[in-house]
Amino acid sequence: MDLLNLGIKSIFIENMVFSYFLGMCSFLAVSKKVSTAFGLGLAVVFVLGITVPMNWLLNEYVLNEGALSWLGADFVAIDLSFLRFIMFIAIIAAMVQLVEMTIEKFSPALYGSLGIFLPLIAVNCAILGSSLFMAQRDYTIAEATVFGFGSGTGFFLAIIALAAIREKLRYSNVPDGLKGLGITMFITGLMGIAFMSFMGISI
Amino acid sequence: MSTETIEAPVVKESEALLSRRRRKFLTDPLNDDNPITIQVLGICSALAVTTQMKPTMVMALSVIFVMIFSNLIISLLRNAIPGRIRIIVQLAIVATLVTLVNEVLKAYAFDVYKQLSVFIGLIITNCIVMGRLEAFALGNKPYDSVLDGLGSGLGYSWIILAVAFFRELWGSGKVFGYDVMGAIGFESFSANGLMVSPVGAFIVLGFIIWVQRSKTGYVEH
Repeated sequence: MDLLNLGIKSIFIENMVFSYFLGMCSFLAVSKKVSTAFGLGLAVVFVLGITVPMNWLLNEYVLNEGALSWLGADFVAIDLSFLRFIMFIAIIAAMVQLVEMTIEKFSPALYGSLGIFLPLIAVNCAILGSSLFMAQRDYTIAEATVFGFGSGTGFFLAIIALAAIREKLRYSNVPDGLKGLGITMFITGLMGIAFMSFMGISI
Repeated sequence: MSTETIEAPVVKESEALLSRRRRKFLTDPLNDDNPITIQVLGICSALAVTTQMKPTMVMALSVIFVMIFSNLIISLLRNAIPGRIRIIVQLAIVATLVTLVNEVLKAYAFDVYKQLSVFIGLIITNCIVMGRLEAFALGNKPYDSVLDGLGSGLGYSWIILAVAFFRELWGSGKVFGYDVMGAIGFESFSANGLMVSPVGAFIVLGFIIWVQRSKTGYVEH
């Protein structure tokens, strides 16, 4: 039940985009068409679901204070947590590469549709942000996995919704200075208000 | 030899420290080519940390520091980095600098460090940093790259400070924690909770972009 609760929380209440502003760059840049937004969203869910548990393992067995104790009593006092940023980003970059190669091998069709977005994901803040949140909040491995998929799904929903709105927006008459980024910020704000209505829900 | 090589604009060795060309590196990102409002980079942190002026200031300084030094280092190494692995090299250098900032903040400004939480770490994936490394530092001399980093950092800073100013003023009636609304005798000021929430950030930034783009005449198609 706790896991389900965490899943709901990470998808709706603490949505990556609307409450932490993570992944805004790609959220704004790749939301002009629903089909491309769908591809990016799918790739993000995929990569988040893999990297967050991976980074959890890394955090638990290498980086945390005393995490190296499985190597022997001499290593108990070592605290490598200052290496967290570098290790996390390295894992993320490596995993993205790996995922890209795997998809290319086993599903060329999916690779074709995700293609250009996969490498870009390595520098998507949502990915690194989720890993850092996971480390900060001391999740267990199960919670970390649910959190990874949940935040990915939250991003997926948000970017598809925005892309759908922007496709319709093309037919409306927006003031010059507001075209593009400006009006998108306002829409995102309004969507944020909508997502605020999920606040306080717990199962 | 073709004439093209002779006609190519050769930068003289004795160019002034702040020549007209170099001043453009500093001033362009402030307005006409602002990283946030025009290039749409680095929005994530611009919104997340701007509920109050103080953490925003720290964030701005951290980004300026990381930008200057990552630009400098990449520019010094630009002929030694193989093209295929440049992204990972850039990430490693940026991550090292960010770790440095993180540890310094943890040691000397712990309350701000707590407030910024993961967002210091997210400077690594801030698109402005990577964007300038890719677009500028990889192909230019170290000094120019430093100026470019400083310019983009300042352009980023003034926007996030402006957003933070309005959000803190309307959200809690304060600026830098100083009770402005109380000081000017506006006792009945009631704080607007929406400004402190994420929604306020989107809307304030939306307005800033509107005003800024109307002034520069930039239209996105």
